Amino acid sequence: MVDLARWQFATTSIYHFLFVPVTIGLGFLVALLQTAWYRNGRPEYLRLTRFFGTLLLINVAIGVVTGLVQEFEFGMNWATWARYVGDVFGGPLAMEGLFAFFLESTFIGLWVFGWERLPRRVHLACIWCVSIGAALSAMFIMIANSWMQHPVGYTINHSTGQPQLSNVWDLFTNGTFIWGYVHVLLASLVTGSLVMLAVSTWQLRRDPGGAGAPFRHSARLSVIVLVPSIVLAMMVGSQLGVVETKYQPMKIAAAEAQWETCKPCSFSAFQIGGGSNDHTPSQIIEIPHLLSLLATGSWNGEVKGLSQLQGEYEKRYGPGNYVPDVFIQYWSMRVMAYLASLIALFALWGAWLVHRDGLARSRWFLRLAPWAVITPFLMNTAGWLLTENGRQPWIVQGLMKTVEGASRSVSETQVIISLTVFVLVYLLLGAADLALMLRYGRRELSGEDDHSSGGGEDSPSPGGHVPVAALTY
Amino acid sequence: MLHTVWFVVVAFFWTGFFVLEGFDFGVGVLHMIVGRTDVEKRVAINAIGPFWDGNEVWLIVAGASMFAAFPAWYATMFSSLYLALLLVLVALMARGVSFEYRGKLTDSRWSAAWSWALTVGSALLPLLIGVALGDLLVGLPINAQHTYTGNFLDLLTGYGLFTGATLLALSVLHGATFLVLKTTDPVRERARRIVLRLGWIPVLMVIWFSVWTRLLHSDRVVPDPVESLAIVAVIATVWLAALGHEGAAFGASSLAIGATVASLFIELSPNVMVSSTSSAYNLTVSNASSAHYALVVMTVVAALALPVVLIYQGWSYYVFRSRVSGPRETSEPKLGPAASDGQG
Repeated sequence: MVDLARWQFATTSIYHFLFVPVTIGLGFLVALLQTAWYRNGRPEYLRLTRFFGTLLLINVAIGVVTGLVQEFEFGMNWATWARYVGDVFGGPLAMEGLFAFFLESTFIGLWVFGWERLPRRVHLACIWCVSIGAALSAMFIMIANSWMQHPVGYTINHSTGQPQLSNVWDLFTNGTFIWGYVHVLLASLVTGSLVMLAVSTWQLRRDPGGAGAPFRHSARLSVIVLVPSIVLAMMVGSQLGVVETKYQPMKIAAAEAQWETCKPCSFSAFQIGGGSNDHTPSQIIEIPHLLSLLATGSWNGEVKGLSQLQGEYEKRYGPGNYVPDVFIQYWSMRVMAYLASLIALFALWGAWLVHRDGLARSRWFLRLAPWAVITPFLMNTAGWLLTENGRQPWIVQGLMKTVEGASRSVSETQVIISLTVFVLVYLLLGAADLALMLRYGRRELSGEDDHSSGGGEDSPSPGGHVPVAALTY
Repeated sequence: MLHTVWFVVVAFFWTGFFVLEGFDFGVGVLHMIVGRTDVEKRVAINAIGPFWDGNEVWLIVAGASMFAAFPAWYATMFSSLYLALLLVLVALMARGVSFEYRGKLTDSRWSAAWSWALTVGSALLPLLIGVALGDLLVGLPINAQHTYTGNFLDLLTGYGLFTGATLLALSVLHGATFLVLKTTDPVRERARRIVLRLGWIPVLMVIWFSVWTRLLHSDRVVPDPVESLAIVAVIATVWLAALGHEGAAFGASSLAIGATVASLFIELSPNVMVSSTSSAYNLTVSNASSAHYALVVMTVVAALALPVVLIYQGWSYYVFRSRVSGPRETSEPKLGPAASDGQG
């Protein structure tokens, strides 16, 4: 049953995290667009705000409901773990609800319906509150997750044997949290800006002179946000790796398929084999000293090998297999890092075009940019696989193993049912989301967006015509 | 001491959830009944449009504060109610997405499908959550390790199902009084007729719910103050609606559903989950709670956050205080808050 529960948690989490970075990243960009409109009063900026705001809302709808599943799933499938960690883990989750979700959900309603009811400044504050709420929500989740990776701020209660919170500030100063959270925020900005860039370049290519023209503003904005975001994301990610080498050496060693301790360590750029049963993979490309630098920050840094760590852990924790799945670790790290490097180059190209004011005229950039939107979803998924799989066999590093955490009263049949239901519902919702994103992403920007709230009657046309101002229900 | 405070806080969140999201459920259930044309249905949906998402967060904080303050309660409750909660999640998903997606395409099959998702989801939620809450009180087979030992059918207790049905009826009543207050004719008139013609159903159910709740763990049938308040309030709802006092009727239905939920938690304490196997295995406010330090942290957090939340959520109701109207006869159909007309 534990394996099924793990499959389910992985499925729902990965799916949820397809939408979350879009909410955080695109939400921030929409707030920027509306701020620009507030300042310059130009109708193009209002139309862009409402255009991308609609895409944001289509995405948020799925993000919210898939998030509900996560909160329930902790207790449904992992009750033994929940009982064990609740004293520490429950706090950040409750804070998330009280500080972040209330803010985000209340102000999104005010923003959607308040266009002509609220003074412009107040209405602008609403979208910023949504953006802040989304970022805060990510913060509290990362505090919680980082505690699972590197438990801090607790003592063990000797009569219950359970961890108890002893210092809440330690949760906030946890190195894993600080670097991990900044990394997630930056990854979200990368995601949001690539989504905005994809739509903008598609529109520019379709009609550069007419309806597509205003999208040069959003294209430029996305590039300006993308460049520092991807570069910083890589740098912060690298620092996160150093922190993880210290607290979760198995995670990093497995990500490098590093079976033997090395000093200095070469970075394996491409290997064949090297799964958990293959201690001697064939190295195709190796870069000397690079792994030492990445893992420890020093030229000749030592990285402990999986074999050595396994021995140490057996002495410390008893018999068992402490090595996470090496194949997933190795390739998720590389998918994430190599795609990031590619996007960084792509972003720099875009920046050069923006600098020359030639983005709208660059045939190749306009052609490639829509396809680039796939990459952040691959990178984000790979990143989470790397960190969550790398923590195995622990559910809480050093304190509780995953196999110990599953709900005792839940049968395999029940998990098969729930997994099936989630997969089916998620596929349906995903299809609806994709259909609407494509339709509304390709919609022509028009002056009708200047007038708020909804409804306007649509001209009679065969089914599927897109309603005019789609911001109210 | 703090664990008692947190029991009250958790009960407050569940109560607040039903008072607020309760009318969203009711409107969701009723929107195809009070709205015959697409525009009329959208009037009903837009009446709760600005509020439903913020109201739903009360459910999230109820669950999250259970996790934080009473991890054993959260763990046992959520794992016992597994398949029921799966249904709750499906209903939440169907309903939540329908608000945003229904109006996105003009295809009538698309909007009909999402309308059904909204209706069915809105009906299932108070029903199923009611079953869950009722089961806490009537008792489920739980052993000494606080693990559930029953199956799915054991969750469908008579009392639980009746709690669910009562909360569904109250939600529909509450949604109807909300529509009477916040829309214009013909939606308003249809909602008013529902309150007047069908209001006797929740009245009878609340009375019977109070009696049954009392009988669960005692011999007395006389309702306690909070249960009496619920009964008076639900009767007052129909009476006030008949007299045309629309705001007061909504206030009464809020009180009715709030007092009903609160009375369940009052009856439940000092337990948080009753074990039908043996009362020695009950989860209680004391044995299920987190340690002192965690509760202190959470109390500070709640003290900081709640007043601010109540202020800005209250403010949003003020911003959207006027009625939602449908198209006027001569001009372009316009959906959105109209200037206040008639009674407010």
